[in-house]
Amino acid sequence: MTEPSYLRDTVLPQLPPPLVDRGIIKWIRENLFSGVLNTFLTLAGLAAVWWLLAASLPWFLHGVWDANSLGECRSIIAAEFGEGAQGACWAMLRERWHQFIFGFYPPEAYWRVGLAFVLLFVALAPVLFTEVPRLLLWGTVIYPALGYWLLWGGSIWGPVVAMAGFGLLALVFKLLRPLLGVPVAGGLGFVAAVLWWLFAQGPVAGLLAGVMPVGLVPVESDRFGGFLLSIVIGVTSIAASLPLGILLALGRRSDMFLVKTLSVAFIEFIRGVPLITMLFTASLLLQYFLPPGTSFDLILRVDILVTIFAAAYLAEVVRGGMAALPRGQYEAADALGLDYWSAERLIILPQALKISIPSIVSTFISLFKDTTLVSFVGLLDPLKGISTIVRADMAWKGVYWEPYLFVGAVFFVLCFSMSRYSMYLERKLKTDHK
Amino acid sequence: MAETARDPGKMQVSDEVAIQITAMNKWYGTFHVLRDINMTVRRGERIVICGPSGSGKSTLIRCINRLEEHQTGQIVVDGTELTSDLKNIDKVRSEVGMVFQHFNLFPHLTILENLTLAPIWVRKTPKKEAEEVAMHYLRKVKIPEQAAKYPGQLSGGQQQRVAIARSLCMKPRIMLFDEPTSALDPEMIKEVLDTMIELAQEGMTMLCVTHEMGFAQAVANRVIFMDQGQIVEQNEPREFFNNPKSERTKLFLSQILGH
Repeated sequence: MTEPSYLRDTVLPQLPPPLVDRGIIKWIRENLFSGVLNTFLTLAGLAAVWWLLAASLPWFLHGVWDANSLGECRSIIAAEFGEGAQGACWAMLRERWHQFIFGFYPPEAYWRVGLAFVLLFVALAPVLFTEVPRLLLWGTVIYPALGYWLLWGGSIWGPVVAMAGFGLLALVFKLLRPLLGVPVAGGLGFVAAVLWWLFAQGPVAGLLAGVMPVGLVPVESDRFGGFLLSIVIGVTSIAASLPLGILLALGRRSDMFLVKTLSVAFIEFIRGVPLITMLFTASLLLQYFLPPGTSFDLILRVDILVTIFAAAYLAEVVRGGMAALPRGQYEAADALGLDYWSAERLIILPQALKISIPSIVSTFISLFKDTTLVSFVGLLDPLKGISTIVRADMAWKGVYWEPYLFVGAVFFVLCFSMSRYSMYLERKLKTDHK
Repeated sequence: MAETARDPGKMQVSDEVAIQITAMNKWYGTFHVLRDINMTVRRGERIVICGPSGSGKSTLIRCINRLEEHQTGQIVVDGTELTSDLKNIDKVRSEVGMVFQHFNLFPHLTILENLTLAPIWVRKTPKKEAEEVAMHYLRKVKIPEQAAKYPGQLSGGQQQRVAIARSLCMKPRIMLFDEPTSALDPEMIKEVLDTMIELAQEGMTMLCVTHEMGFAQAVANRVIFMDQGQIVEQNEPREFFNNPKSERTKLFLSQILGH
């Protein structure tokens, strides 16, 4: 039988696609002008962009960096670009940038803030990136005390002895866990640490300071402001709210009636109350509930309330992640003989947290932006607190857009970094190969 | 299949009792799912449990490692009675391996980590030793080259063999199989069954819920038929298949063997 004539006996060489069907031309045709409606939308979009740029670009381009007051800015712009020209007065930032960053922190101690900020990244690195040597985690462990000491100053022994309280907690937990189990050992460790802080903290720190006085000039909390304040509250609340949120999520899923009820009540109550209410509580009411004579730092009080607020949201986010896991994961962990805490730690939480990464980071981002609300209780957040102070100066009265743009830009950079990190983490932890 | 597998009678069954279930009842809410179960499993026995869906066969073996709680009666596994005492439950679970219909591997861990997790955290085996044991069992189920991969990268049959190896790493004295081949494509069933047959030949005490009647004839020394939460019939495989006693068993066998 002969071969049918339409079969090829040679392989044709590869040819490029027709000109209109490749590269940039193809992309533009497919994405911008694929139909009447899309063509219209593309043109409308271009017009909108043009209109925005036409309105704002001169303002940016006419920006003045070198002036001593808003009036001077205006006369420079008028002289250079003609009467009636609009322009940004960045000179305000040039003169007042340190207040946006440090608030009223004493200028001679700016290096302490800078050092604390740099060390923050050293402490975060091993937590955020597994490639960083594990040994650096010890730096992470001591960072809370070190950062506190650098920022607030005073004797070094206060933070050291306070950290010893956490050491005591860990020790009690480690010793008692084999005998009493995780919850009881953890509870007793916590009690031991609280007793330590209440009764041993003052005398021991005083004694050590007497023997070896090492200290920095103290800086009061009311000198804190600007991004220093936002980042202090943001970082501590983010770091503290995740573990608390996980515990609340576990509590809400617990079989134990009391634990479950308390967790549900806590989560629902906190979520049902606006953050500003809680900040007022922190600044006013909390004093009434604490034993007389205790004077809690306002930043600390706000920090605790912001942490609790974020933890309630995170608890629900994490619980959602746990609920998304198939029942079989719990059963397999049980069938292998893992106890509750091992199963949660090794099997359930790693997967549940991974699922919840986008929502967790969203919660963190909104927490960080919410730190500007502390202006309602008289703290100098960068957005309202500092901007108001700057505008109260006769020289800069009338400056409107510039401080908001600057603060907005810094917040954007910080929040966008968090968002990118979360995407990196999602990619890195992807093991399901779907 | 090895020659011994053709004759289950040759495989050793001792007199020692591995599992003793006495007058056990279980309810889901008001639904009486297991009714007065009495059974004794001796060490080295290979028992196949079959029956129509909803007959309680999965629930029965899940009671043996307390994934399900029974309400009345007694279950004694290896001398330990299952009560609400968590210590006893964890003890039994670390002695009893279980293989699930849907494998239930841990997708966030590599195959090797899946295998070493329980030995390291439950048995406190040093990591290196646990990894050696894990590799030994991976070779046994014939997929040592997959150790560094994640479960999502393996085929169903391979995943189920990993699941078997994961159970074996805990050196269990009893293995429970809950429909281990029901979620597999037909061409993968054989590789899993071969692994199970090999295990049976080594004298493992096995309870297996399955519809693979070929497997039952090849290795089981006893077949249990359940219907409506009760053990309706039990016999050695040849008698069970050739000479079923109850009408219900006859109907069931005609349905699953008839095509």
